[in-house]
Amino acid sequence: MTEKMKHAYVVHSGTLDKLYPVFMLASTGGAMDAEVHLFFTFWGLDAVKKGGLDKAKLPGIMSVGTGMMKGKIKKVGVPSLPELLKMCRDTENVKIYACSTTMAMMDVKEEDLIDEVDEIVGAATFLDLAMDAQVQMFI
Amino acid sequence: MVNIDVELDCKGMYCPMPIVKLKKATKIMESGQLLKLVATDPGSVRDVPAWAKKTGAEIIETTESDGEYEFIIKVS
Repeated sequence: MTEKMKHAYVVHSGTLDKLYPVFMLASTGGAMDAEVHLFFTFWGLDAVKKGGLDKAKLPGIMSVGTGMMKGKIKKVGVPSLPELLKMCRDTENVKIYACSTTMAMMDVKEEDLIDEVDEIVGAATFLDLAMDAQVQMFI
Repeated sequence: MVNIDVELDCKGMYCPMPIVKLKKATKIMESGQLLKLVATDPGSVRDVPAWAKKTGAEIIETTESDGEYEFIIKVS
């Protein structure tokens, strides 16, 4: 088998509308044998805090409709964000990074993060991975 | 009629489920074995071949009837 394709996504937002595409693309990328690197930074960091995926809401004024949206998502059988995270991990191809600067800015400790976080890193580590990636996205 | 080793029913599931399930199923199969996938997500018509292209699997047969898409896939 040749070297795996690489994906590198900056996860900048912690709202439901942005996290769904992140985890759908990441789980699919992992299932397609690509190595997927997710860099959770700024508001995206909320998603990798313990309980963060359950708390994610729609952005701004739309947040009042979060429950309804989640209901619709469930009705069509689309998995929840925690379930999608598990699917990502099951592919063994999806790596999760937390941004160290954001952690300092938002006063987040290592023990506040979910166990699925592989490493706490800075921009240079992510860019090093991204420069070798065939797919790069900012979500 | 070909001999199917594993059957995977993804009816009623939407992206990314059929692809994630397909990967999980083929992971424990042996090279050359055949899997039959049935899906109803219209996205799977393009998604399954795209997945196969990237993972090296081979699509032996594709059929469609009444909104059900059936793929016979040879595991790489």
